[in-house]
Amino acid sequence: MKSLTALLFALLLVATACASDDDSSSEASSDDATTESSGDDDDGEDGADEGPAVDSITLVAYDSYPADDLDEPNPLQIALDEFTAETGVEVEILNAGDTGTMLAKAELTAGNPEGDVIWGIDNSFLSRAIDAEIFEPYAANGLDAIDPAFLELVPNHEATPVDFGDVCVNYDIAAVEGAGLDAPASFEDLAANADQLVVQNPGTSSPGLAFLLATIAEFGEDGWEDYWTELAEGGVSVTDGWTDAYYGEFTWAGGGDRSLVVSYGSSPPFEVLFAAEPLDAAPTGVVEATCFRQIEFAGVLAGTDAPSEAQALIDFLISERFQTEIPMNLFVFPANQDVELAPEFVDFATIPESSLSLDPATIAENRADWIDRWTEIVAG
Amino acid sequence: MSDSAAHNRLPRGFVAAVALLPAAFLLLFYVWPFLTLLGRAIGAGAVGDTLARSSTWRVLWFTTWQAVASTTIALLVGLAPTWAVSRFEFAGRRFFLSLLTAVFVLPTVVIGAAIVAVLPDSLDRSVFAILGAHVVFNIAVVVRTVGTMWEQLPRDLEHAAATLGASRWQTFRLVVLPLLRPAIAAAAGIIFLFTFTSFGVVRVLGTTGRRTLEVEVWRRATQLGDIGGAAVLAVLQLVVLAVLVGWSTRAQRRYARSLQLGDPSRRERPRRRERLPVGLAVGSALVLVGAPLVALVERSFRPNGPANAYGLDAWRSIDNAEIRPGLRLGIDPLGALQNSATTAAWATLFAVAIGVAAVVAISTLGRSGKLLDTGLMLPLGTSAVTIGFGMLITFDTPPVDWRASPWLVPIGHALVAAPFVVRSALGVVRGIDPNQRAAAATLGASPLRAWATTTLPVMRRPIATGAGLAAAISLGEFGATSFLSRTGSETLPIAIERLLGRTGRLFQAQAFALSTILAIATIVIVVLVDLGGDRARRS
Repeated sequence: MKSLTALLFALLLVATACASDDDSSSEASSDDATTESSGDDDDGEDGADEGPAVDSITLVAYDSYPADDLDEPNPLQIALDEFTAETGVEVEILNAGDTGTMLAKAELTAGNPEGDVIWGIDNSFLSRAIDAEIFEPYAANGLDAIDPAFLELVPNHEATPVDFGDVCVNYDIAAVEGAGLDAPASFEDLAANADQLVVQNPGTSSPGLAFLLATIAEFGEDGWEDYWTELAEGGVSVTDGWTDAYYGEFTWAGGGDRSLVVSYGSSPPFEVLFAAEPLDAAPTGVVEATCFRQIEFAGVLAGTDAPSEAQALIDFLISERFQTEIPMNLFVFPANQDVELAPEFVDFATIPESSLSLDPATIAENRADWIDRWTEIVAG
Repeated sequence: MSDSAAHNRLPRGFVAAVALLPAAFLLLFYVWPFLTLLGRAIGAGAVGDTLARSSTWRVLWFTTWQAVASTTIALLVGLAPTWAVSRFEFAGRRFFLSLLTAVFVLPTVVIGAAIVAVLPDSLDRSVFAILGAHVVFNIAVVVRTVGTMWEQLPRDLEHAAATLGASRWQTFRLVVLPLLRPAIAAAAGIIFLFTFTSFGVVRVLGTTGRRTLEVEVWRRATQLGDIGGAAVLAVLQLVVLAVLVGWSTRAQRRYARSLQLGDPSRRERPRRRERLPVGLAVGSALVLVGAPLVALVERSFRPNGPANAYGLDAWRSIDNAEIRPGLRLGIDPLGALQNSATTAAWATLFAVAIGVAAVVAISTLGRSGKLLDTGLMLPLGTSAVTIGFGMLITFDTPPVDWRASPWLVPIGHALVAAPFVVRSALGVVRGIDPNQRAAAATLGASPLRAWATTTLPVMRRPIATGAGLAAAISLGEFGATSFLSRTGSETLPIAIERLLGRTGRLFQAQAFALSTILAIATIVIVVLVDLGGDRARRS
């Protein structure tokens, strides 16, 4: 009988443990837990106003956004610490992969999100995010300072423009010269040296998708497939994300063996700033003809347990204080037009005279199809 | 009282209450998600799109041919060591068999990592890497399945053939092989099933052009956000598998023939002429299976890649996956270690609770018990990706929005692990002599007490065995976890896959270090379970 009692006790223990596990998780201050109760029984926004204020919220961001627990805090983190000092709300960073991966995860968790605010959905992915209803619309304070052209992309304030830049092919100047080649200047030059080029998978990577869109903008709906066939036959290399391409396969930054990489127009100033030995000229160049304009957005995640804190964070993210840090730390341009750019950035970053672009509606309509066709051409 | 002693039945309410737990668990976490998935596949309108897409057929083709190739090679490579261990007794035979079993239960991601470690970089992502991993895994299946039969084949048939002048090769081809055919067909069926639904290995070793259906389901659902298309592919895989299982069951029935099986204990020491072939057969299998594991450990101490200096950098920096100062990979290897331990503990607890309740119910209930038994086995035959995907799209709306619940991953693991608890305990419970209970009842024990005093003590060891297996399964589970884990609470296999997917020597070495930890944990558990089983057999 003793053993039976023990067994029943164990079963009971398991049952209560499951239950209490559940309870404790909705009380705990972790983001997972806070979001959980919102989906269950809270009636959304007003829930947080009535209850005790949340003391920490989570900012979901792509992998190349600096982590929040570095030994030497990144200036973006220092700015966020000021937000904490003002509001009493701490901001935890959750790196969730490359933009495509991060968005897919946000879609799968729509309504019961992994964080409270998401950073870095760009214009090529934006319509997908809006359709999946991952955002809680919010008209931020301080929109007057934002470029009106960007705001046109989000007429219902689903998300807020936070930065912009150009995705362009970069080249390692020394490696290209060493191979006895002229600096590449066009898409055709890239195709001629496809075995030197590394691109990202447009299914998972935001610059990868931007570069695919660039080729579509350049060659049109009828011509881009031929161009990619040429690249594939020439031996183009494909990675899942930007970090792998740039830090893994690019000759300059990764010690890899490819001297052409899809990256950002603002990558060269980064190389100057972070060079091991001081440089007076950028070691990498930008192929201006390949540049595609990319605008990144931040938004409140639908289903957050702390909507008012999340909204306050959005306001802060587009404030001059935070936007000032963006160029030298994320290497894109601030969306806030009042911010003055640092001289290193102005000297070495490329703003192409005319970037390639595509109509957002066309992108929304064809993106999935284009990615499928691209996959068949390049990876099939 | 005397009446109850005659029938000696457990109180109905008790049995019903006990049966409720596993039945509800199965319905809620397996049947419902499964039906949801089917519904999504049919309802999404994605059927036409998916079937019209040429990539669908390319993926199906790759899935099929690599499974056929893996199965064929595993059988060819596995038959020689099978012959050696089933016919001969030699030093280290038991160790060899344990090693094969240990490799078989190692997490798929660890085997993938081991293959990356042992192959030169140029072959890391080739189709040979995938086939190699599948072969290393499945040699154990050949040796175990075919070996059991081979051990018991009556020798007189072979002696007769030899007397009639047949050479050794002729004897093997014309006598032994036909007799082994049912066992070989069974092994082939198992290996095909494993490799057709291969996920972890292909995630680690495959490239964009080399994906199995499992990986494509995962990619469409979690990378491209195409839930409908992913559901269609998952169902397509189910259909293909159902057809194959049906066909192989029929084929096996056709091959089955009755024969007098001999006593398995007649293994002999190899004679002089046999020593070389036995040594070669065992030695080559040992190298094939052992080399990747040795390479795995070795490479974890070479932070700058093969042929570079040894160092502890990967082990020292295991808590920090930095791309460059200030920029970090979105994973925390050390946190993954903790998450895995916690998850495995909970999964084991769930699996044991469900398994024990199920054993009690199955052994006391008649037909409904059999139904529960079959039902609980179903998750084993369902691909892990299907389970995880189904759960993800089922538990996403209030009041069952459990996507953020920390217990969802352990529940998914318990689904796959509970059958092992049931299997290891059910036989023992069924083997209890009913007279024992009658005796207890005669001595005045209530039915419940009679049942408890006779059954519970013998269940302890099989439950420990089942719990060990459940823990091992949970530690290595990758398919369902890929869908259910939240960013920031990844388990070890997820962390290993992400580290391996990155270029960078230190990340690779860190992945090898984590794989080493996971491999050691799994092997220790399996050895403990094995020892426990041995002791039980001897006593």
